[in-house]
Amino acid sequence: MDLNAQIVYFLQQVINGIQLGSVYALIALGYTMVYGIVRLINFAHGDVFMVGAFAGFFAVSVLGLSFLPAIILAMIVSMVLGVTIERLAYRPLRRAPKIAALITAIGVSIFLEYFTSLNFVFGPNYRTFPRPFEVTSWNIGGVAISNILVIILGVSLFLVVALQLFVTRTKVGIAMRAVSFDHDAARLMGINVDTVISITFAIGSALAGAGGVLFAIAYPQVDPFMGIMPGLKAFVAAVLGGIGIIPGALLGSLIMGQAEVLTTGYVSSTLRDLVAFGILIIVLLVRPTGLLGKSGVEKV
Amino acid sequence: MLSRRILLPAAAALAVFVVLQTAISAELLNAYQITILTYACIFVTYALGLNVIYGYNGQFSLGHAAFYGIGAYASALVTKIVFQGNPLSFPLALAAGVATAAAIGYLIGLPILRLRSDYLGIATLGFGIMVKVLFDNADKVIPAMGGARGLTGIPKLTSFAWAFFAAAAAVILVRNLIYSSHGRAIVSVREDEIAADAMGINTTKYKTLAFVVGSGLAGLAGGLYAHLYVFLHPSNFDFLKSVDVLMVVVLGGLGSMTGTIIAAVGWVFLLEGLRIVLPQEFLDWRMVIYPLVMIIVMILRPRGLMGGIELGPLKPGKVVRRLKAALVPASGKEA
Repeated sequence: MDLNAQIVYFLQQVINGIQLGSVYALIALGYTMVYGIVRLINFAHGDVFMVGAFAGFFAVSVLGLSFLPAIILAMIVSMVLGVTIERLAYRPLRRAPKIAALITAIGVSIFLEYFTSLNFVFGPNYRTFPRPFEVTSWNIGGVAISNILVIILGVSLFLVVALQLFVTRTKVGIAMRAVSFDHDAARLMGINVDTVISITFAIGSALAGAGGVLFAIAYPQVDPFMGIMPGLKAFVAAVLGGIGIIPGALLGSLIMGQAEVLTTGYVSSTLRDLVAFGILIIVLLVRPTGLLGKSGVEKV
Repeated sequence: MLSRRILLPAAAALAVFVVLQTAISAELLNAYQITILTYACIFVTYALGLNVIYGYNGQFSLGHAAFYGIGAYASALVTKIVFQGNPLSFPLALAAGVATAAAIGYLIGLPILRLRSDYLGIATLGFGIMVKVLFDNADKVIPAMGGARGLTGIPKLTSFAWAFFAAAAAVILVRNLIYSSHGRAIVSVREDEIAADAMGINTTKYKTLAFVVGSGLAGLAGGLYAHLYVFLHPSNFDFLKSVDVLMVVVLGGLGSMTGTIIAAVGWVFLLEGLRIVLPQEFLDWRMVIYPLVMIIVMILRPRGLMGGIELGPLKPGKVVRRLKAALVPASGKEA
């Protein structure tokens, strides 16, 4: 390959990495918000993402909806699921040791995976996701940019900015930050902590649902176990950027996306997880609170 | 001198073994049932290792399966390559599995045990996934490891007796470690690392010690597993295997050997029992029922079945009990 072709190849990989990273970002936001507010690694989040993708699948293939109504429907379905999980499984454990909630989260995750694989629910097989719009792609100096990339990037950036504004500018957003700082003090200030936690799960799950549809459009396949790896990687991305920090989740996700795609493009696709998790461990050892996290002394 | 408190349950355990072994020798149990009994013993050993790391030392690990896998692959390779399948070398192969897992546990533990709680969990999770990827690609360096095709041709050397006595040895080892002065240092790190440090306990040393012992036990369990199922595949040691064992340790009750033993045996029997009880068309429901059982147990008993309580010979001796009584308010707080 001459130099020019190499540059084009590299840019193409970077573009693919941005596409993957944007989807991770939507999942990572839910993880980071939930962790920020209840200090729980919500392992079921990846499965909410999966249910969102299936909701999009049925919206497009059975109801025949177009892209925008389908993604909104998927967001609503995921939101209802996320809030239900919080209400039934996590709220009874609010005062229990943290590990009990974590194990419950893993239980919910396994339950969703295997319950949806039953034949009368989604069934265990892969299904091809019908694209709700025509795929076109533009050639800019040899680098192919598809409308899928533009849509994914557009939707992700819109949702991240909207979320950041919501958390910093609205009353509910301020309440959220107060609760993440100190549950009891927030309660004393007249904030209904349970409602705020429910809203957090609702928003995080809706974002995961949107991520599920976008992921299924980009890599057009859905199955009940599709949420496990993207879920884990998105969580890792959230930790990488600094958990609880919204721009951190975006940054971490873009790094994870690049690490994965560049390893696939230049080394070997089987080694991509090695690089992604290797970066995680190195970052944790050097900056345990993540790239954008504030390093502080842990209170006793 | 051994008291009756120790001798009676030891005799009872031996009696259980004799009954089961007689049943096996008399061919009252089929091969499948023997495998399940053996696997239950292996799982006890595997889970006890994590209980040392997480239950007693409080170091959150989501990558225990990595050490299980390292032990399994190391001992299988030693049997296959070094000893060419010679059955007399089985103890040496197991020892190689323990040593490899413990050594890697030491090398990994030293840097990452500086991390706290959830961050340590995430780092160990990452380590576990990296080890699985390495197993998947290992055949490019060591062809005998089989990579993604799996490692085949391991002789079947693990019998019920081997697994049972390995589990018994693990129980005795963990009990004696935890109730020694080293064990009290290990537990003090879980209760309050800063206070332990202030009392002059070398917390790094004890965190590493617990991690190495726990990894070694996982390696032992892995070696037994490899020679029981005679086939190893990287997916046998993925994230879900780390989750299984964490769940067993938490369901049993953190820092309770009795709980771990009950939960490990119960878990294996529940999964296999459902296979027998459920009618053919409902077999898919097995993996739906099991997380529901897990969620319900957690909501009803958030501190696990035993909640740090021990029974019989696993109860602490008088001195430790007296010390514990003085420390009651400190124990049982959030991890």
